[in-house]
This record gives sequence, C-alpha cells and structure tokens, in this order.
Amino acid sequence: MNIEHHLDAATLVAYAAGTLDEAFNVVVASHLDWCPACAEEARRAALLGGELIGKLAATPVSDECRSRTLGMLDTATLHRFPKAPSSGGELPEALEYLLKGKSLAELSWKRKAPGLALYDLPLSEASSGKLFLMRIAPGTAMPEHGHGGEEITLILSGAYNDRFGRYARGDVADLDESIEHQPIVEKDSACICLVATEAPTRFKSWPARLLQPLIGI
Amino acid sequence: MLPKDNPADPKTEDLAAQRLVQRVARNLDREAFAELFDAFAPRVKTFIIRKGASPDLAEDLVQETMINVWTKAGYYDPAKGSVLTWIFTIARNLRIDRIRRESSRPVSELGDFDPPSEAPAGEEILARKDEARSVARALSKIPPEQMEILTLSFIEDLPQAEIARRLNLPLGTVKSRMRLAYGHLRKNLEQPA
Repeated sequence: MNIEHHLDAATLVAYAAGTLDEAFNVVVASHLDWCPACAEEARRAALLGGELIGKLAATPVSDECRSRTLGMLDTATLHRFPKAPSSGGELPEALEYLLKGKSLAELSWKRKAPGLALYDLPLSEASSGKLFLMRIAPGTAMPEHGHGGEEITLILSGAYNDRFGRYARGDVADLDESIEHQPIVEKDSACICLVATEAPTRFKSWPARLLQPLIGI
Repeated sequence: MLPKDNPADPKTEDLAAQRLVQRVARNLDREAFAELFDAFAPRVKTFIIRKGASPDLAEDLVQETMINVWTKAGYYDPAKGSVLTWIFTIARNLRIDRIRRESSRPVSELGDFDPPSEAPAGEEILARKDEARSVARALSKIPPEQMEILTLSFIEDLPQAEIARRLNLPLGTVKSRMRLAYGHLRKNLEQPA
C-alpha cells in the first residue's frame, strides 16, 4: 500500500490522549492499522501523555483497595474478545470487528442516489458521532461540498481525485471543516470509504447536505 | 523499591519498573506486582479523580487497571513506551469503556497492548532511554498555552471541541496548538541533543 495522505498531527494527539469520539477512533485506528508512519507518530504522541502523567501527584490508595487487588491475582484471567474472522487483510481490524466478519460485498447497502450507497455502522450510545461506509460508483463526480463539521474519511478501495490530489486505498482525508472539495471517482472501479462525522445535530444532516444538488431534497 | 511519587529520574524509574513487569510476566511474581502497585496505583488514582470520579469509583478503576497490569504483563513492550505510559493507557481505556455500552469493541481491546514481543535488545533499551530524555526535553520547551491544551487533553480527557469551549478559543486554534506541541516533540526526537 502506498499511502500519500496522512492524519493531522492534532488528530494523532487527540487519539493518543483517548479523547476522540468513538466514530473517529475507529477511522483513526483503521488507518494506523495500515500506515506504519502514522502508527509511529501516534506512539510518539502517547509519550507526551506519559511524561505529563508522570508528573502527577500521588493520591493515597486505601489498604483495603490494595489488599483486595492483591487478593484477586490468583483468579484474574485475561479475557480477550474473540477475534472477528479475518478478511485476509481486505479490511482494517477495527472495521472488521464492527462488521462481524462480513465482507463489503455482503453488506446490505442503502442506495441514496444514483451512484451512491451508504451503510451505517453501529456505535455505542455514548458516541456523539456517526460512522458509515460510503460506496460511490466508478466515474461519479460528487457535487462540490463543504462539511460543516469535523470529518475523517479513509479510502478502503478504489480511488478519487480532488484538488488535494489522488486518494486511494489507505489514504485518509482528515480535512478542516472549512474546506470545500469536489471528489471525482476514477473510472475503473467503485470507491468505498469509511467515514466518521460529527452528530447530525451539529452537522446538519450530512447526506442531505451532500445529496441536495444530486437529488434535490 | 521504586520511588513513590515524582521520582527525580523517570528513566531510572522506568528501567526498574520494566524489570518488575518482566518478573510478573515470567514468574507471576507477586512481590514484583506489589511494588508496581505501590509505585503506580497512587498516580493512577490521581489521574482518575482528576476526571471527576468519586473516590470509590476511582479505587475500583485503580483495582481494575492494576489487575490488567497483572494479566497483560506479557504483552508489555518497552520499545513502544515506558511502563508508566502503558499503565496509563490501560487506565484511560478502562475509564472510557465505563461510559460505553457493549455494542462496540472496548477501547481497551484496541490499543493498549499488542502481541507479545521478544525481550528488547540492549541497543533498543538504549534508544528508548534517549527517547525518554528527548520527550522530557520537548515538554520543557513547550510554551504554556500549548501545555495547557496538552494537559486538558491527556489529564482532563477533554475532546478538542470541549477544550475550545472551555478556553473560549476557535477549534482551529486548539488544533494548531496541538500540532505545534507535537512539532516540538518531533523536532527533539529527530535531533537528539
């Protein structure tokens, strides 16, 4: 994989601090799974946190907590979550887990407009974001659009071009909310992306915004 | 014994802590574990309380974190970061999981450990010591307004948008301060003094 477009350093710091919303966390973890360069940057960002935390003062822990913990050692076992059946590298691990082993072709995609299908991914109630897969048909030109909120996109297959360059498998578009762009999908295959956005309330209905020029809603 | 709080030399502390983690991983050494508990649990507790947890909940999470240290000791990899960073990643992820339903994969499964690795070679340990020094140096050079953002992120666990609201700054400013702070670190790691 030849990755050209990487994560914003601010995103990596937030990821290392564990403060990203769940939807964004999945997209970032997915990119890191494929991008050794960003994985190294995320590791380094975590060092900053370690150093800061090392300076924290100590709060005494009760003897009861200490003896309870030591008393649990004999029965403590490592509960690992079962690994989802592997897609053989087609998908990053964090996404594979959410799809419970299904391949992209097996999903029941919802057709939203000619050439555009979406598939929503489940998140916990605590998440204020939205996570979905987007499939855009070969050769489709998306209307020029801004995002009106935070958004990170990871390309899983196919490729598109916009004024920032070519985005193909493994690339991320970690764009500022003020940025407008007009992606055009390459002709030879559909482009499938994993997208995290802010909640629709702040985000004013993402599909509607994007589809407005296409289907006139 | 490890120094209990604000150790004068984090590097020495880390090497000592690495040996304790190895003893736990290899021999299920309870004494080594008790030393790790005494060295790290009090700071883990501070970290959890800073986020507004009650003392009872904080001790629950301290217990859960340290039990994870016991069961996952074999997965700790010194090449990835200090013992302290590892333990606090576990604590942070457990704290995040507490507020989530079961529907998604717990964060603690995603990032806090990787498959077991071989014991690091001497060279790697040396490189890590240099790295720890570079991180400390980078942190000492970060100006207060960037440091504030880092503290709110790593210690208070506030998302970028929340930091922006609290400091009454545009989101873009919060992000650019994070980028600048990270830039200090990168510079110090790439040009070790």
